[in-house]
Amino acid sequence: MLGLIGCGNEQISALQPQGKGASALFDLMILSLAIMVVVLVVVFILFGYVLVKFRHRKGDDSIPEQVEGNHLLEVLWTAIPIVLLIVLAVPTVITTFDLDVSEKSAQATEEGGEPAEEEGPMTIKVTGHQYWWEFEYPDQEVVTAQELYLPVDERVNVELSSADVIHSFWIPSISGKMDTNPGDKLTNKMWLHPEKTGTFQGACAELCGDSHALMYFKVKVVEREEFDAWIESMKNTKFDDAPSEVAQGQQIFEQNCLQCHAVGDQGGNVGPALTGFADNDMVAGIAEHNKENIKKWVNNPQEMKPGNNMPDFNFNEEQLDALADYLMELETAE
Amino acid sequence: MSNAHAANKSVLWDWLTTVDHKKIGILYLVSGGFFFLVGGLEAVLIRIQLMNPEMTFLTGNLYNQVLTMHGTTMIFLAAMPIIFGFMNAVVPLQIGARDVAFPFVNSLGFWLFFFGGILLNLSWFLGGAPDAGWTAYAPLSTTSTGHGVDFYVLGLQIAGAGTLMGGINFLVTIINMRAPGMTFMRMPLFTWTAFVTSGLILFAFPALTIGLFLLMFERVFEANFFDANMGGNAIIWEHIFWIFGHPEVYILILPAFGIISEVVATFSRKRLFGYSAMVFATVLIGFLGFMVWAHHMFTVGLGPVANSIFAVATMAIAIPTGVKIFNWVFTMWGGKIRFTTANLFSVGFIPTFVMGGVTGVMLAVAPADYQYHDSYFVVAHFHYVIVGGLILGLFSGLYYWYPRMFGLMLNEALGKWNFWTFFIGFHLTFFPQHFLGLMGMPRRYFTYPEEFGLGSLNFISTIGAVFMTVGTIIFIINVVVTHAKGKKVSGDPWDGRTLEWAIPNPTPHYNFLQTPLVRGLDALWIEKMAGNKKMTPAEPVGDIHMPNNSVLPLFMSIGFFIAGFGFIYYSSAGAPALIAIIVGLGIGLACMFLRSWIDDHGHHLHKEDLLKEDKGVDA
Repeated sequence: MLGLIGCGNEQISALQPQGKGASALFDLMILSLAIMVVVLVVVFILFGYVLVKFRHRKGDDSIPEQVEGNHLLEVLWTAIPIVLLIVLAVPTVITTFDLDVSEKSAQATEEGGEPAEEEGPMTIKVTGHQYWWEFEYPDQEVVTAQELYLPVDERVNVELSSADVIHSFWIPSISGKMDTNPGDKLTNKMWLHPEKTGTFQGACAELCGDSHALMYFKVKVVEREEFDAWIESMKNTKFDDAPSEVAQGQQIFEQNCLQCHAVGDQGGNVGPALTGFADNDMVAGIAEHNKENIKKWVNNPQEMKPGNNMPDFNFNEEQLDALADYLMELETAE
Repeated sequence: MSNAHAANKSVLWDWLTTVDHKKIGILYLVSGGFFFLVGGLEAVLIRIQLMNPEMTFLTGNLYNQVLTMHGTTMIFLAAMPIIFGFMNAVVPLQIGARDVAFPFVNSLGFWLFFFGGILLNLSWFLGGAPDAGWTAYAPLSTTSTGHGVDFYVLGLQIAGAGTLMGGINFLVTIINMRAPGMTFMRMPLFTWTAFVTSGLILFAFPALTIGLFLLMFERVFEANFFDANMGGNAIIWEHIFWIFGHPEVYILILPAFGIISEVVATFSRKRLFGYSAMVFATVLIGFLGFMVWAHHMFTVGLGPVANSIFAVATMAIAIPTGVKIFNWVFTMWGGKIRFTTANLFSVGFIPTFVMGGVTGVMLAVAPADYQYHDSYFVVAHFHYVIVGGLILGLFSGLYYWYPRMFGLMLNEALGKWNFWTFFIGFHLTFFPQHFLGLMGMPRRYFTYPEEFGLGSLNFISTIGAVFMTVGTIIFIINVVVTHAKGKKVSGDPWDGRTLEWAIPNPTPHYNFLQTPLVRGLDALWIEKMAGNKKMTPAEPVGDIHMPNNSVLPLFMSIGFFIAGFGFIYYSSAGAPALIAIIVGLGIGLACMFLRSWIDDHGHHLHKEDLLKEDKGVDA
């Protein structure tokens, strides 16, 4: 049981909680496991004893006593589990309500955590797409994709919805998962409260199509000042900021990509927003961030993420190079 | 066989038209066994792909097809039919009946299942299998391209109709056809579990039927039940599916409980400890099984009130289940336990199922489930319950009742190899998956990056799957060896306690020459203890009325099979598909008409012939 603690990679393991939600859940897991281990040990000892003691021995043809049952025993093994389950049920119900973000609790700030601003926790809108994640900070008017920035030691509320099929938003080391459902009426809410800075791994946990297994995202937990600076630079980034060396790539981008992908103040919202893309850890959420992988992705998106919605543009090698150079320069404003 | 009608026809014709519960039981067992191998092959493909990080053996859409078909095949086409196989083979014998209440419907139920299963699996050769998971959540299932999900809908609809019929048939059989003296509280526990399971089928399968119709209308006729853009709601499907899907879990596991109860008692040479408590626990589990479906949906966003209620209700199921475990252990207490292969599987079942049960309670903790849900922890849990519970139970039942069903004893030495390889392989495969889930591996992922550190446990898991495969192959060898040169056994090779062992081997067509008089629980054991060689008869030897064979169930099922194809291709093929629908439904309706129009009174076996035959068996 103790072996469980600290199992796996700390960026993604539910056994190395890095946030308040995950810690509460981890405590519940350990409590339920402890109770269950007691049950297991009792049953196994009894079972082992019976198997050894009452095995048939050669030449023994006697007929054992035909016992009908025993009322006291029946009552005992009904009553004791009821007690154990009550011990488990009470914290279960309490935590269920603690983790909920209802209208009421959204107003109240959590004890112990400093509120971000006077008006309560910040809200982030998360939208699942086949096969990428969109993150919108509505109050700050910032939209990004595939990398979720969070301030450390603060509670943020998350609103979850989906643009297509059901996905499930899961950052194991920070909190439990919740589904993103299609349709306005089925928007879910939960809260996140990371307690350590660093980069963590998020994933989709509900089968959503061919590239369900490739729908990872990164969570970057940073100090408040760093977070504010990031928001500021995202807001100040303009599409026309790109350096002149990559003008050719920018032109290709403007003609082919901008319709779906936003950069700075321009662009559509069908595909992931690419503002600040040069600072991302990953290409398409799954491959190392380098020029080669960007070219590989643009050249044949279906090869890296089968079933995704990005079309193949049949760029030639020169265009690919120019485009990749441009994308490598997509930094946020100073 | 004394069936004069079958005597002058070929053996194949006899099997195609049989309404004999014993033969239908074998048909269910063989076809369920076949689909078990197909589903097992799919499992092996999955484990090969996940053996190492970033493998490219089976990826993307094809992987989704394989995982969907693995789940669907194992639940609907392997586990359910094998359970029905045992219910057919054993329940009428255990209650002292000559057949089920509706032999014609029994045959129809089998053929509908069979053609539904074939239809579903033909999708592999006709453009791709369903790829939306066995749960087929909308809108993934409604927007899935190709006809894969249409095969899922129509195949399960046809197979499900057969299951529903089977359930109703066994309810009526058990209520109406018990031998004199066989009160409800004297029924063997397997019959009790078959009874409760049939009740669950009666109430759970209509939910699936309706859900599949909604899905079919959405896909084939462009309805919008689940499409949020058109005012629909995708969560409705999840509710409907799990209102069926959770009771389905108990439909599967209760008969296994019944098998374990029979086997453990027989091989401890003791009556079942706490019989009344066991019956009560069975009924209670069946009842509570309908109250907990939303524990599959804790992360859907139903709110803290719903989550709390369903969490506590789910925990409550642990209580009757615990009662069962302790009663089994105390059945063995003070007994003389013989470790035959059948009993090894039952004894192996108990700790394994306890482990699946405790992870079940852990999953009931709704907030903790926010971490477990749709991770490999859940995969580990339900395989512990379904493979470690149900499949071990089914193996136990096979070794136990094989002499009854086939008149032959499976080889015990091979049986023990079968048990140990399968049992060790099972734990190797699924125990590490608990940890994989907690370490952040979601289910239904065809790959995982190397740096997450999930490689070594996945590798162990795949090694376990190899052992399970070996175990299954040993079982097949055992069956072949047994039928090639196995020795015939008497009607009561295990020193049995219940009525199915009171019959000579091979089992006569009419089961009981004279309906037995039941004087208590473990009817045969009571007679043995009273020094009687045979059951006390409840009637003098007389003419026996038996049902006639019929080919109509086969043709009716073929009709619906053809119509199923029509519906599958209706959205893309148009007129030819419409013709298939009309022809197929026409055949079905014509068979129904013939069945209603032609009076079929069955036939009588005459007293003189019966006495002559009975002497022959004794000599």
